[in-house]
Amino acid sequence: MDLYLPIANLSVNAFVIIGLGGVVGLLSGMFGVGGGFLTTPLLIFYGIPPTVAAASAASQVTGASVSGVFTHLSRKTVDIDMGIVMVVGGIVGALIGTALFRLLQTLGQIDTAIAILYVLMLGSIGMLMAKESIQSIVALRSGVRPTAKKRRHHPLIAALPMRWRFYRSGLYISPLAPFLLGVTTGILTMLLGVGGGFIMVPAMLYLLGMTTQVVVGTSLFQILFVTIATTMMHSMTTKAVDLVLALLLLIGSVVGAQVGARISMTVRPEYLRMILAFIVLVVAIRMALGLGYRPDEIYTVQIQ
Amino acid sequence: MARLLMFAFAPLMLAARAPMLVPDVSQREVEIQYSFTGAELLLFGAIVYPDGKAPQKPADIVVVLKGPDQSITMREKQKVAGIWVNADSAQFRSAPSFYAMASSRPIDRIVDERTAAIYELGVDKLQLSPASLNDSDEIQRFQTGLVDLRRKTGLFVERPGTVEITDGVLYRARLPLSARVIVGDYTAETFLVQDGRVVAAAVRDVTIRKSGFERFIALAAQNWSFLYGLTAVALAVGLGWAAGAVARRI
Repeated sequence: MDLYLPIANLSVNAFVIIGLGGVVGLLSGMFGVGGGFLTTPLLIFYGIPPTVAAASAASQVTGASVSGVFTHLSRKTVDIDMGIVMVVGGIVGALIGTALFRLLQTLGQIDTAIAILYVLMLGSIGMLMAKESIQSIVALRSGVRPTAKKRRHHPLIAALPMRWRFYRSGLYISPLAPFLLGVTTGILTMLLGVGGGFIMVPAMLYLLGMTTQVVVGTSLFQILFVTIATTMMHSMTTKAVDLVLALLLLIGSVVGAQVGARISMTVRPEYLRMILAFIVLVVAIRMALGLGYRPDEIYTVQIQ
Repeated sequence: MARLLMFAFAPLMLAARAPMLVPDVSQREVEIQYSFTGAELLLFGAIVYPDGKAPQKPADIVVVLKGPDQSITMREKQKVAGIWVNADSAQFRSAPSFYAMASSRPIDRIVDERTAAIYELGVDKLQLSPASLNDSDEIQRFQTGLVDLRRKTGLFVERPGTVEITDGVLYRARLPLSARVIVGDYTAETFLVQDGRVVAAAVRDVTIRKSGFERFIALAAQNWSFLYGLTAVALAVGLGWAAGAVARRI
């Protein structure tokens, strides 16, 4: 069924987009990530203009994270103080991201910047996750428990001034650390349409040293509010949010997310992390090859 | 009665020293709706000769459908340090967003290069008004790039030899409108060519616009961007919440 997208100015097959949303939703439900890192590149491969893809993907991440946030709030596994600091950082980051987006657009380098950012982030995170999950699987098989880490959080974070107590996270650290983390993900959300969960979760675990139980809930909390803020900013600056596209993606992804959440309860988390690491690496490699190979189209047109 | 008729047609006959074109299009307005996957326009009409008879040597017809001009920046990717990045660019002040042409014979057999350039007959004859300081070779390269790109998306179309002329006086041609056309005022031009010279030309306007829901969405995104954003957010939160609520029941 062909459907015309009023902002992207082209027709797409509605079922393809719903299916794409569904696959991304499935993954997001299984792995607890927003899945924006897959939506934007897939939409671009499908021929949607990059700006529209990034702007519309953010609202899909909102939809995919809502029910997770409610669940975590009711289980009290969200550090709301920490979350609010990160949301404020995220909104600041989104503002910086808006300015960067405009700058890169006038320079004509937005597509390359998006691709390079994807390769760097997904590549490094995928490697880290793969290493970590393989180690824990090996440990699981051999029955040897990995030795606990001695260090709570990174020494740089301990050096920051103005410490606050974050009770639920069990931390006494400077709010600047989560604020800066929020800024970073805010920039990425604005530029790439990703929620940033795949950066937040490892950073909260390994850099901040937060209690594991509140990590996913707090990251979802931050993602929810930052993607809402980005959708608003895209609507008001780039005007590239396509409601029809977002609706199609949402229909697929909210259903997929629920199915994924069910599946995730039956599979060991170590294996889930390994599969996610594999998917992340495949996307990173595909994007890296895209940068290196001669593209199909040497020329692009920007309308003024 | 016959005299009355003569009288009525007299102005037409007087003015008609040279042949005249009476063109029309199948749709004066094309509406883009939810299921829009492109359209086909029929451009047809009559050639009116002064003495009412078609000449021995048949004339040719060229029809051109042109979309609104855009000011564009073309960027060219080059391999820099192992990756393909946008390196060179050129600006054009008036690139048509859409250009479709059909002719009764291949264009190079109907008119010479110069005439084709004057009337912009053919995608390689478009006058794009380059606005940047590139040399002519570069401009040519970018122009070829633009033509290739727009051909692939169906925004530039050439259909030589597809205009049918019946009995030398009636002509018809079909031109495809890609789903990627932008809204705006289009012109459908018809040229009558005899012995390499354009002897008559006529224009009809075609309007392409979004209608109904699509028009509303596009307008809302432009004019009420804050509310539009809120709607997108409400939609996302609502659907996400609803799916969660449903899943808890099952």
